[in-house]
Amino acid sequence: MTIKTNFGEYPVGNKDAVENFHGNQLVYIAWDDHLGIGPANVFPLPPEMPFAALLEEVIPSVVSPHPDFEKIDWVKAQWILDGESIVPELGKSLTENGVGHKSLLRFKTPGLTGYQGSGN
Amino acid sequence: MSKDKLFIILQNTEGARPFTEAFEQENPNAVFKYDQPGMIRIENNGFLGITKEVVSELAGHEVDLQELHLVLVSLSGHVDEDDDYFRLSWN
Amino acid sequence: MAKKLNMRKRYEVLTRGLGWEPTYQPKEKVFPQETYEGIKIVDWDKWEDPFRLTTDAYWKYQAEKDKKLYAVIDSFAQNNGHLNLSSASYVNALKIFIQGVSPLEYGAHRGYANLARQFSGEGAQLACQMQSIDELRHSQTQIHTLSHYNKHFTGLHDPFHMHDRVWYLSVPKSYFDDARSAGPFEFITSISFAFEYILTNLLFVPFMSGAAHNGDMATVTFGFSAQSDESRHMTLGLEIIKFLVEQHEDNLEIVQGWIDKHFWRAYRVLGLVSAMQDYMLPDSPMSWKEAWDIYFVDNCGALFKDLARYGLRMPKFHEQATDEAEHLSHQVYTALYQFSHAAAFHTEVPSKEKMDWLSEKYPNTFDKYYRPRWEMYAQMEKEGKRFFNMGLPQLCQVCQVPMSFTEVSKGEPMKLSQRVTEFNGDKYHTCSDGCKDIFDHEPEKYAHAWLPPHQIFQGNCGGAEIPDVLKYYHFNPEDGGDYKGSTDEATWKAAHGLDDQQTTPEKSA
Repeated sequence: MTIKTNFGEYPVGNKDAVENFHGNQLVYIAWDDHLGIGPANVFPLPPEMPFAALLEEVIPSVVSPHPDFEKIDWVKAQWILDGESIVPELGKSLTENGVGHKSLLRFKTPGLTGYQGSGN
Repeated sequence: MSKDKLFIILQNTEGARPFTEAFEQENPNAVFKYDQPGMIRIENNGFLGITKEVVSELAGHEVDLQELHLVLVSLSGHVDEDDDYFRLSWN
Repeated sequence: MAKKLNMRKRYEVLTRGLGWEPTYQPKEKVFPQETYEGIKIVDWDKWEDPFRLTTDAYWKYQAEKDKKLYAVIDSFAQNNGHLNLSSASYVNALKIFIQGVSPLEYGAHRGYANLARQFSGEGAQLACQMQSIDELRHSQTQIHTLSHYNKHFTGLHDPFHMHDRVWYLSVPKSYFDDARSAGPFEFITSISFAFEYILTNLLFVPFMSGAAHNGDMATVTFGFSAQSDESRHMTLGLEIIKFLVEQHEDNLEIVQGWIDKHFWRAYRVLGLVSAMQDYMLPDSPMSWKEAWDIYFVDNCGALFKDLARYGLRMPKFHEQATDEAEHLSHQVYTALYQFSHAAAFHTEVPSKEKMDWLSEKYPNTFDKYYRPRWEMYAQMEKEGKRFFNMGLPQLCQVCQVPMSFTEVSKGEPMKLSQRVTEFNGDKYHTCSDGCKDIFDHEPEKYAHAWLPPHQIFQGNCGGAEIPDVLKYYHFNPEDGGDYKGSTDEATWKAAHGLDDQQTTPEKSA
C-alpha cells in the first residue's frame, strides 16, 4: 500500500542505509535460551571481519557476565542466520559467511539453557 | 437482552459527594468500589444516570450538573447530558 | 429579561454559525488537509459534543480546576511533601512520566491546534481548540508539579530535551510523531480514540491511584485534574468514530485500519506504563494485568460490542495484547534494568516483598519465568557484578521498544519474537505481528525511523562512547544506574536519618 499524501510522492528514504555507518554494517546478535541477557544486541562491524572475532570479542563484550558464559563450548554452538541454520567458517569474513547489513544472527549453546535452566 | 457493564469514576472528595450520593440514590443496582486510593468507581449494567434535582437536594444548594467536570476521573458509554440530567448508556 | 436558554439551545447558539463561506479562495484551499486521506464528510453539522460544553463554561471550570490544583501544589511544597513518599525509588516512575508523557501532552496540544485550523466544521473546530488548550494545561501543570521533585531528586531537569533524543523516550515520541505526521482524521482517530478512549485509563487511573497509595498527593492531584479533561476527550473520541462512520460508507474501512494501527502503536507505548505500575511503584494497588482486564478486556469489549452496529470490530491483534498481559511488565522492566546505566532513572532488583506480590498477581508466569531472572541478577549483584548490558539493544523499527518481547501467543514465552520485512533491498526488523503489519502497510514511512542505537553508530549523538552520548542527552552522571548507591537514595536516607541497611522509614502507627 502506498502512503496517501497531500502533496506529491512520499519521499523515498532509508535512515539506516549501510553507507551511513562509516564502512561498517549492522549485525544483530542474540543468545537463545538466555533472555536474562535481553534483546538481541546491535553491533556496527566491518564486513571483512572474520567470523571468529564474533566469538572472541564481539559477543563476550556483552554476554560475558552471564554465569553460563564460561561454560560455552563454541565448537558445539549452533548458528541461525536470518532464520536459516548455518555452519560458519570461522576464518572467513562475515560477508563470506553470508552475514549482511542488518542480519540477525542467533546462537544456541546445547546443554546451556540459562540460569537454572529457566531460559534466562 | 443483557446490558454490558459501564462505569463512571469520581474523585473521592467532598466536592464529589453530592454526585456520588445521587448515583447511589438514583441507581439502586449500581456497585460502588472504594478499593483504589483517591477515587470511587461506580459500575452498573447498561445505564447510569443522575438528575439535577437529586444532586441539588443532596448538596443543599442548586448545582449545575456540569460541575461534574470538576470531580470526574473517567467514564465509559455514551454521554447524554442536559440541564436537568446526566446519563451514560450503551445502546 | 430574556429567558435563560437551555443547554441544547446554548450549545447550538454558541457552537454554530461562527464560520463563513470563503469567497475569494476555494474552500479546498482554505482547508487543504481535509480530503486527501479519503475521508468523506457530508455534513459537519452532525458533529456534536456530547458534553455540550461551550466556551464560557469551559473557562469557568478549567479555572476552578487549576485553582484547586495549585493550592495542593503549594501546600505540598510548603510541607516538604516529597518526604512522605513510600520511598524515593518511587520518584523513578515520575521521571519516566515527565520525560515520556508530559512532552506528549505538549505534542497533543500542537496536534489539536492544527486540527482546529484544518477541520472546516465549526463544532469540531471548537472541540479541538478546547482540547488543544487542555493538553497545554496538562503539560504545564505536570512541569509545575514535578518541579518540586526536581529540587530534591535527579533525572528531572531537562525532560523536553531528553524526549527528542533518548533511546527509551523514542518509544512515546515516535508514536506521537507517527500520528502527527499523518492527516487530520488519522491523527484524531489515533489520539482521541485509540489512545485516549481505548487506552489512557490504563495510564491515568491505576497509576494516579498508585501515586496516592505511595504518598504522592501532588501527582495524584495533577493526574486526576488532567483526567477530568481526559474524560471529555474520551467521550469526544467515541463521538468522532461514530461521526466518521455515519458520514459516509467509504469511511468505515479507512477508520478501522487506523484503529488497528494506532491501537497497537499506543499499546506498545503503554509497555512503559506496565513497568512503572508493577515495578516502579513501591506499593502498587493494582497490577498491569488487573488493570488490563478491567479497562481493556471488560470495558473495550463492551465498547466494541456497542460499535458492532456500525460495522466496526475489535482492533487487530488485541488477542495478542491480552495474551501478553501476564508478561509485559516483566519483559519491559528487565530491559530498563539492563540499560539503566544509559537512562535518567534508576532501577533495582525488586525487594522480597515486591517479588512475593508479583508472584501473587502473576501466578502463571512470575515464578516460572521471571523470578529466576531476578534471582540471577541478584546473585550477580551480590558478587559485585550488577548486570548492565554493555551493548546497545536491537529496537523494533515501528514501536522502537528494545526487542525483548517473546512468542507468548505461540506458547513459547521464552523465545524472542522477531519479525523481518525486506523492503527496497534492506531488512527491517519488528517485534511482533502487530508492528510488522504496521510496517508492511507503510514501509516508506517507517524506513525513515530515527532509531537511537543506529543513530549513535552513525555518529549523530555526540560521540562513540557512552559518556559522550549521555552528555548529548543532557544526562548527569548521577542520573542513571542502580537505585542502590544512587544520589537519590543517599538524599532519602539522610532526610530520614536511616542507616545503610534500612530503606524505608518506620511507618507511624
